[in-house]
Amino acid sequence: MSNFVSEFGRSADPRHATLPCFPYVQAPLKGRSLLQLRINRPEPDAPSVSIGVGLQHPPDDPCSPGTDNSSERHPTMSDRRNLFNKVWDLHEVGTLPSGQPQLFIGQHLIHEVTSPQAFEILREKGLKVLFPERTLATVDHIIPTDNQARPFQDDLAEEMMSAIERNCRDFGITLLNLNDDRQGVVHIVGPEQGITQPGITLVCGDSHTSTHGAFGCIALGIGTSQVAHVLATQSLAMNRPKVRRIEVTGERNPGVFAKDVILHIIRKLGVQGGVGYAYEYAGSVFDEMTMEERMTVCNMSIEGGARCGYVNPDQTTIDYIRGRPFAPQGEAFDRAAQWWLSLASSDDAEFDDHVTIDGAEIEPTVTWGINPGQSVGVTESIPDPEQFHADERTGAEEALQFMGLDPNQPIRGLSIDVAFIGSCTNGRLSDLREAAAVAKGNRVSDGVRALVVPGSQQVRKQAEHEGLDKIFEEAGFEWRAAGCSMCLAMNPDKLVGREISASSSNRNFKGRQGSPTGRTLLMSPAMVAAAAINGCVTDVREMMTPVSV
Amino acid sequence: MAEEIKQVNGSVVPLLLDDIDTDRIIPARYLRCVTFEGLGEHAFKDDREHDSEHPFDHPHYSSASILLTGRNFGCGSSREHAPQSLMRWGIQAIIGESFAEIFFGNCTSLGIPAVCAERAHLDQLHQAVKDNPSQELTLDLHNRQIHFGEISVPCEIPASAHSALTTGQWDFLSQLLSAQEDIQATAEKIPYMSNFSA
Repeated sequence: MSNFVSEFGRSADPRHATLPCFPYVQAPLKGRSLLQLRINRPEPDAPSVSIGVGLQHPPDDPCSPGTDNSSERHPTMSDRRNLFNKVWDLHEVGTLPSGQPQLFIGQHLIHEVTSPQAFEILREKGLKVLFPERTLATVDHIIPTDNQARPFQDDLAEEMMSAIERNCRDFGITLLNLNDDRQGVVHIVGPEQGITQPGITLVCGDSHTSTHGAFGCIALGIGTSQVAHVLATQSLAMNRPKVRRIEVTGERNPGVFAKDVILHIIRKLGVQGGVGYAYEYAGSVFDEMTMEERMTVCNMSIEGGARCGYVNPDQTTIDYIRGRPFAPQGEAFDRAAQWWLSLASSDDAEFDDHVTIDGAEIEPTVTWGINPGQSVGVTESIPDPEQFHADERTGAEEALQFMGLDPNQPIRGLSIDVAFIGSCTNGRLSDLREAAAVAKGNRVSDGVRALVVPGSQQVRKQAEHEGLDKIFEEAGFEWRAAGCSMCLAMNPDKLVGREISASSSNRNFKGRQGSPTGRTLLMSPAMVAAAAINGCVTDVREMMTPVSV
Repeated sequence: MAEEIKQVNGSVVPLLLDDIDTDRIIPARYLRCVTFEGLGEHAFKDDREHDSEHPFDHPHYSSASILLTGRNFGCGSSREHAPQSLMRWGIQAIIGESFAEIFFGNCTSLGIPAVCAERAHLDQLHQAVKDNPSQELTLDLHNRQIHFGEISVPCEIPASAHSALTTGQWDFLSQLLSAQEDIQATAEKIPYMSNFSA
């Protein structure tokens, strides 16, 4: 840490351990009982205005005090560029007449919701897909997870299915359709098939594309116009973000999962704290994580406002990729692995910002509000809006009113109606194992509707091989087919009325789970299972046998 | 070349709230479509159904073309359906305290300037708009200024987006397409594009 501070000409004097200067980051940090937190900014001067996207002084901004990360500025000797900038530099095609950098995209993933209009753009302009083998399609958002017979009962969903089938056929793109056992949620399929690899640029018309950053690649969510850009040119117009290193030191306590780590980070830095940044997650807590845990953390980078998130590749990454269908094989794999490891940020790599969090102080975490930053540890009470900084008070009051909760009410013991285990955040095999360990031998509480939705057909198959489906079904959970399901409720899985859901998904926005007045409490899959069994928010640690996690 | 957007004039719809996510702008059930047509009527659908006073339904603001909002507008899902629904409702420019980045990028590629202003200035504009809803606002994008009656305040937008919009170069597809040779050259130097051949 002290290395980092001195790199930017600051002493390790705690008086310089400042909070960020920008109001948009500062506000969420006020009025809270924070854990150990240190943020240093390299820039001596900060603008007085929060200008969101604008305030990061993109490289083309003549007013920028400037962090120029281009390779030209760091010739020879040890490469002090962080992973993000190494990968970016390799993929930068040039600068467009408009001033934006043009970034080459190595891998494109598409799904049925954000791609149909993009293909129409290509048809209107008479364009082809430039590298059809560099785009892979799957279906996930609208897929029913019970009755999957075609045509779907929902005509609109059927129309979208037909559209992606036709588009993939017409433009020569591989589609992992329902009859393909590789189908599943796009952010689960990519890593599972070995498509997601370190050092690539990967985009998808979905904000949770940040998931793939777990492998040490640049993984960006994009809009539909940009999907068309990538289809036609395998490139994008995009400004380079800054890079903030988030170091979580020490060890996690038993019962604290990857989901708790990322919810805690967002709680501390705020839902807009990451605007203008890519997040590098580093430190012993991430070093010790499995790839699936790293994916859970990177997945929710977007909830913290960051453009993307990543973890440096290491032996864990290489071991995960080896042997997967789309991974390099034989000697090519050895060369790939060597290159992947060379991309990792070195100990003296440079960053635009740095935050340190003590991993030992993270608790199982639960959201109480209507954005993912509104959370508390399970042993804490719901905060009083009066304790918030003025900037945040209105939002907190609105959240409490919508949720029907009172200030100072303990979150533990809050009744739930629905339990949802699944999503691109927490729909992987390890998530199901953790939830099953809690569910085993117990029964879902009377009146609670509980769903387990595997993230992919492969996850479902493996879980069934291990007998997890039986554990869940015997406990009273429904065992479903793969899809996004109740994370965003574009399929028939929805909350009804004012129901409260304990959910392993990523967003607790108003109306997110399908009912405009439905309410969502985000938590880890193990915590969801515990809530399902007790009918209320529960500290899962009370139900766990004392083994290390 | 796309249209040069140097200035936007129009009346304002005030929605000075923070952290408005794209699920609120357009709930996911309205994403079940294969075109963006008709999305305008679903803008803020759930909020409007639960708030009879919602500005998007208020007769004062029915012809507004500039949205005034708060911090971190457009956070959450990357769905382009969100700016598409606002655009199709009639919005041509957005003034806020800050914007989520994917949303901002989507706006720029649709030719919708999303500019940032200080909160104190937004509060001032918000009150003035409520006092005089029929008054037109001028967003002078070229000079990064907002004019509303007697009020003139500065705004900011990243230099590259400013340049793209004001010079009519926000149709990125045509620019990307004209770099075919550079795209191929970049692909050739990336190790994984040749499957790590020695």
